[in-house]
Amino acid sequence: MTLSPTAANSAAADPLASVESLIEGLGSVGYIASRRIATALFMSVKLQKPILVEGSAGVGKTELALSTATLLGLPLIRMQCYEGLDESKALYEWKYGKQLLYTQILKDRMGEQLADAPNMEAAMDRLHGMGDLFFSEPFLEPRPLMKALREDNGCVLLVDEVDKSDEAFEAFLLEVLSAYQVSVPELGVISAKTPPLVFLTSNNVRDLGDALKRRCLHLHIPLPEAALEEKIVASRVPGIEARLVRELVTFVQTLRTMDLRKSPSISETVDWARALVLLHADSLSADVVRDTLNVILKFEQDIGAVEPQVVELLHKR
Amino acid sequence: MQHTLELFFRALRAADVKVSPAEAIDASRAVTVVGYADRTLFRDALCSTLAKSAEEVDRFDSVFETFFARDSVSVPPPSSSPQGEPSESDMQAVADSPLAQAVLQGDATAVQQSMEEAARRAGVADIRLTTQRSRLTRRLLEEMGLEEIEKIIANARRMPGQEGLADRLDEARRNLFGQAQSYVARQHDLYAAGSARELREERLARKQLNADGGVDPVDYQLMAALVKKMAKRLAAKYSRRRHIAHKGHLDVRKTLRRSLAYGGVPFDIQFKVKKVDKPSIVAICDVSKSVAAAAQFLLTFLYSLNEVVDRLEAFAFSGRMISVNEILDDHGVEQAIFQVLQQIGFQQTDYGRSLQDFSEQHLDKLDRRTTVIILGDGRSNFADPRLDLMKEIHDRSRAVIWLNPEPESYWAQGDSVMHRYARFCHVAKQCGTIEQLERIIDDVLRSYVPH
Repeated sequence: MTLSPTAANSAAADPLASVESLIEGLGSVGYIASRRIATALFMSVKLQKPILVEGSAGVGKTELALSTATLLGLPLIRMQCYEGLDESKALYEWKYGKQLLYTQILKDRMGEQLADAPNMEAAMDRLHGMGDLFFSEPFLEPRPLMKALREDNGCVLLVDEVDKSDEAFEAFLLEVLSAYQVSVPELGVISAKTPPLVFLTSNNVRDLGDALKRRCLHLHIPLPEAALEEKIVASRVPGIEARLVRELVTFVQTLRTMDLRKSPSISETVDWARALVLLHADSLSADVVRDTLNVILKFEQDIGAVEPQVVELLHKR
Repeated sequence: MQHTLELFFRALRAADVKVSPAEAIDASRAVTVVGYADRTLFRDALCSTLAKSAEEVDRFDSVFETFFARDSVSVPPPSSSPQGEPSESDMQAVADSPLAQAVLQGDATAVQQSMEEAARRAGVADIRLTTQRSRLTRRLLEEMGLEEIEKIIANARRMPGQEGLADRLDEARRNLFGQAQSYVARQHDLYAAGSARELREERLARKQLNADGGVDPVDYQLMAALVKKMAKRLAAKYSRRRHIAHKGHLDVRKTLRRSLAYGGVPFDIQFKVKKVDKPSIVAICDVSKSVAAAAQFLLTFLYSLNEVVDRLEAFAFSGRMISVNEILDDHGVEQAIFQVLQQIGFQQTDYGRSLQDFSEQHLDKLDRRTTVIILGDGRSNFADPRLDLMKEIHDRSRAVIWLNPEPESYWAQGDSVMHRYARFCHVAKQCGTIEQLERIIDDVLRSYVPH
């Protein structure tokens, strides 16, 4: 099966026909993707492999999953990882309260049922004859991973910040990611009819294991170049003047070359653009920048370092 | 094409991009999906299946560019030569040698193909060392059929009226030689550059760090990376233990007691929680003249330890002792080491005096959970070693570990009082090379992680 991705431009209706149509499709739902991003996503769909998205905070890792879900019209199931996350919160849990009620009912009913049994043995036989509902689907409380596997028409599963979970959980994810199935000891193996499209995001809090990385395609989203960032801002903030976009992107790009504790990423640029539009600023002046610096810089030291240089930075371009 | 892909994987592995068989299969599948027509798409598809971190992406890109270099062979078109287009008779004279025909016609693709095939026969991709380059270049040219060209040149020289052809081929031969050289050099970069680095890393791990001159500035970065890797391992092991302690076992007694509230049904399940002592480390580093060469290494270790261990008190001393926590926290590794050495380094060692400083000001930092790591040579310039203070440190702390850059046979010689201090240490070991440090770290872990 050799698709010719460049020749398939005519099939704009199917965003998954080629990388170009995927870029276009993502653009139509408001995500401006670079070629590398789109290619990785394209490969992930074609090879049915999870995709591990890395990059610093705010470059649009989570957003990529959300936009893909919107584009493909699939439900999005999101699982936020944190330290201490375990199977019972990620996969399934038994509805203990209901189970308890069930045993109560069972106890009452059992008395009636077994009252006329002639002896103990007959009572036991009758007991075995009754269905064992205690561990069965009605008492199963599905959590995100299980929900994703049970979506018959496929879905987008977002495992957010997988690096925050602990190693044991990472190992547990392997089965889900490679075979799209899980084993529940009481019920057996549950496998997906349509494998979900899986996104894992990571902020590099800790290094992920090789086993997990091997099962995924890897995508590193860097901070965007000026041209791409201008497009992103223009698409995310409707009604913004082209000149302002250019000015503020140039300014942010200059900030990124400085030695800051946290460089502003795309989400900060977009927030800043929104703020400026709300303030009816049509161009960047030193005063406006000083007043709104706290939107793009999140540390007091950073603001302190940049503030005295604002005029210089504005004239640099 | 599969063969080319395999070679590409090898080149990637040489560049330290890990390519497992499974990833190689994925990459081949990816290639069948995207095809070869679009270079960018081909590259990005391979990249997303093979490179698994940002650094690997960078390395992947550079290997890809070198490996699939375009126009890597250039042959001057015949019209550019002073003799103009080759004549009929010229072509006749070279009819036996396809290579000569190709260069005369300026057919770069044919030359490139012939070079690739010759390279496979000559085994150029197996290159390991820089010194193999000239031999492989020669073999490559032989396999391409340079000998035939040389024969033709020799013949043409003898025949009157064919000097033009001879000159032309001579020129082409020189050009080919240059091309072959750069081809082999490129293969060397692709396949052998990584092995050279491995070799260097291995040598560095065994190198005595207190030898004259200490660590080569060239190797310095490499060493910092190695040391950091180890310090990270130490921290990782420690945190894993803490996680295990989080889980615990079922606490039957507590669960039963709680179940009373639910009519005897054990509904609220209680677990035994292991209490974990938070261990802390006190690290004391000698930076005096006698350990000058090793000081950089010891401080790098101290610095890395400070990065990965939550509760670390760091001290440095030569004549007196100071706390260096702030310096380590506030600066990058090189700057921090420089500052420590500037403040306190390279003076006359006085262990007794330094221990006294420590016990006067910082003895309260020691308790039964503290592991003390001392990095130093135990050479006290014949001053009072103050063994009583050492004993006190030993008694108050959980473990005392002494890492000495000198071999054990030196420990009682000259002004060394190491053998006397060693009595008050739980572990006293030579630690002169990175390899030794690595081994000791396991010991350290065992004694400082609570069981």
